[in-house]
Amino acid sequence: MNNSMIHKKRVINYSKGQLIALVSLRTLIGWYFLYEGVAKIFTPKWTAYGYLMDSQGLFAPLFKMIAENPDLMAIADFINIWGLTLIGLLLIIGLFEKIGYLGSAIFLVLFYLSHPPLLHVEYLLPTEGSYLWVDKNLVMLGAVVVLSLFPTSMRIGVDRIIFKSKSR
Amino acid sequence: MSEKDITSNEQNNERESQNKKPVSHGRRDAIKALATVPVLGAMAYGVYRKRKQEMRNITSADMFHFNSEISPLTPLTPDGKTIRLGIIGSGIRGKQLMIALGFATPQYVEDLMQANKQNSADNRYRDFREQEDLKIVITAVCDIFDVHAEEATAAGANINREGLNSQYGATPKRYRHYRDLLATEDVDAVVIASPDHWHGQMALDAALAGKHVYLEKPMTWTVPETYALRSAVKESGIIFQLGHQNRQVEAYTRAREIVSKGLLGAVSLIETGTNRNDPNGAWVYPIHPDANPQTIDWQQFEGDPDRVKEYMDYMTSAGLAQYVGPDPRNKFSLERFFRWRCWWDYSTGLSGDLLTHEYDAMNQIMDLGIPTSASSSGGVYFFRDGRTVPDVLQTSFEFADKGLTMLYSATLASQFNRSRKIMGHDATMEVGNTLTVTIDPRSEQYRDKIDNGTIKPGEPFYHYVPGKSIDAVTSATELYFAERGLLYSYVDGKRYNTTYLHLREWLESIRSGKQPSCNIDRGFEEAITAHMGTRAYLEGRTIYWDAEKEEITRG
Repeated sequence: MNNSMIHKKRVINYSKGQLIALVSLRTLIGWYFLYEGVAKIFTPKWTAYGYLMDSQGLFAPLFKMIAENPDLMAIADFINIWGLTLIGLLLIIGLFEKIGYLGSAIFLVLFYLSHPPLLHVEYLLPTEGSYLWVDKNLVMLGAVVVLSLFPTSMRIGVDRIIFKSKSR
Repeated sequence: MSEKDITSNEQNNERESQNKKPVSHGRRDAIKALATVPVLGAMAYGVYRKRKQEMRNITSADMFHFNSEISPLTPLTPDGKTIRLGIIGSGIRGKQLMIALGFATPQYVEDLMQANKQNSADNRYRDFREQEDLKIVITAVCDIFDVHAEEATAAGANINREGLNSQYGATPKRYRHYRDLLATEDVDAVVIASPDHWHGQMALDAALAGKHVYLEKPMTWTVPETYALRSAVKESGIIFQLGHQNRQVEAYTRAREIVSKGLLGAVSLIETGTNRNDPNGAWVYPIHPDANPQTIDWQQFEGDPDRVKEYMDYMTSAGLAQYVGPDPRNKFSLERFFRWRCWWDYSTGLSGDLLTHEYDAMNQIMDLGIPTSASSSGGVYFFRDGRTVPDVLQTSFEFADKGLTMLYSATLASQFNRSRKIMGHDATMEVGNTLTVTIDPRSEQYRDKIDNGTIKPGEPFYHYVPGKSIDAVTSATELYFAERGLLYSYVDGKRYNTTYLHLREWLESIRSGKQPSCNIDRGFEEAITAHMGTRAYLEGRTIYWDAEKEEITRG
């Protein structure tokens, strides 16, 4: 079996334009996650407490329960800060792409569920747009799902080196 | 992407790889593998620039540097003695004070339990149950309305904070007259939450009986009793705390530091006020269905004869008969009993009820003392329900010796939010649950920093959010939450209400013998200031304070 055979199994081949667009989208989402994480690293005593306490909708009691338990809150803050940073890095450099997409999808689902843009629901934290049921978190979640079906890290990304060298 | 596309792409690709020489393969691989890495460099640069800019803002932390961290709640005195409390007046405020002390009726606790069952986010039940035990026992209760008295005895007996059908402790004794309560041996201290016209007299009698006193604001109803109470408290050596719970607001402690360090420059104007817009806020309280001449001791409600005489003497001598009554004092009236704040016969009006909080907060921050003069205006403009006390009031207090004016502006018919402002030559501070300092464009103190661009005048320069140790860079979000009162877990991750903290300070002062924060001297300043504002309104003229003679004069 030659290299190109292995490639065929792992890699969808795109036109140059398709590849650039997909990698750009992956990098943009990666940037978004990385900076969300880095900004929190640089904010002393950052905590998601207020954000979680402002939860609404079906899952609000769960998020508030986390916020009100100091131990769970500490864990949630840790996962937020370092999870966002790590996922951002993975997506930008194209390392362990699948894990990156899975992780970002989990974060986006949690963001969406904690602050669903429901009818008659108002949040203390004003949003910068107007939303009904669909918000930017949901749109980004859609983008992440699409990207995970059109992987790119074997073409542009560190995965290209790692998995290629293993397969040799 | 169609399958055809993919196939043709694949073919292209294979062709490509066949044409290329293996030598350049590794290098091309590396370039493709790391093609997006420069993005990280771009972010690093962006973050570096942003941090640099923020570090400039952190000069606010340098300038507003405070040595003392605001001290967390000190633990209760170990082995402190149990204090036996008497409650005098258990209406709206008295009930709130008892709850803050940890005593509520089984029905109230039951309601909290049910509220939690209906909505698990409603944690008032848990908070109430977990509230620290202040080592007190309620042994005596006095209220002249039977329903309120019975509720207070039930609350006093509910020592384990239980709901209905539970085990309770000993029921406190109910006294029908407060003087009988003061005469009893098993009361060490009293909490007084009666109508205004009884405040001074009850506190005075308590001091004479050697009982420590927590007195609701305003301290007094007439001017003469203000002096008598001060002497009685000082001579008896009791621990006296006036009920201005703002003394416990953490942000005010920091505000005081900011002012005393001269960071605002010379302060020339303070703006405070009250905005409310509902009947309850305008003292139209509900009338209890069981209230009638049999369940209310109207004679005692009328007031202490000496105090009433002082009131009438002043009102007649100053030509203010139109503000007295209009009902005769001995005529039973449910409206007057429950809504007594609406009539001068029992009330101190906006001055006593709400101006005093604003004044005391500013006195706490700036050591204002008693103003040199006061003038007022206003009227009954919205709630034309027969009240004599105005619902719109403007009072300006001159502190000529300090070179500043404090303005109080109130309406009970608009809830528009106006912040309290302390305006200085170099900066203005807005004071609430959070602090915001804005540097003045014409500041001399900050001239260099304005010129070199470190400070943008006119924009909020310094924020203080309680419960955060970092002063300078707080996010808009944090500020937003704090201002809405959502960041309540300041001390050891627990939410405290300020009334609880104020009562706690008083009880600890009784145990240690130290003076509490709103002691009789601060109370004297509060009472005289409020009386000057009231008299200025009633008489329609400027009222002065002769500091040497300690006398209110007409100049």
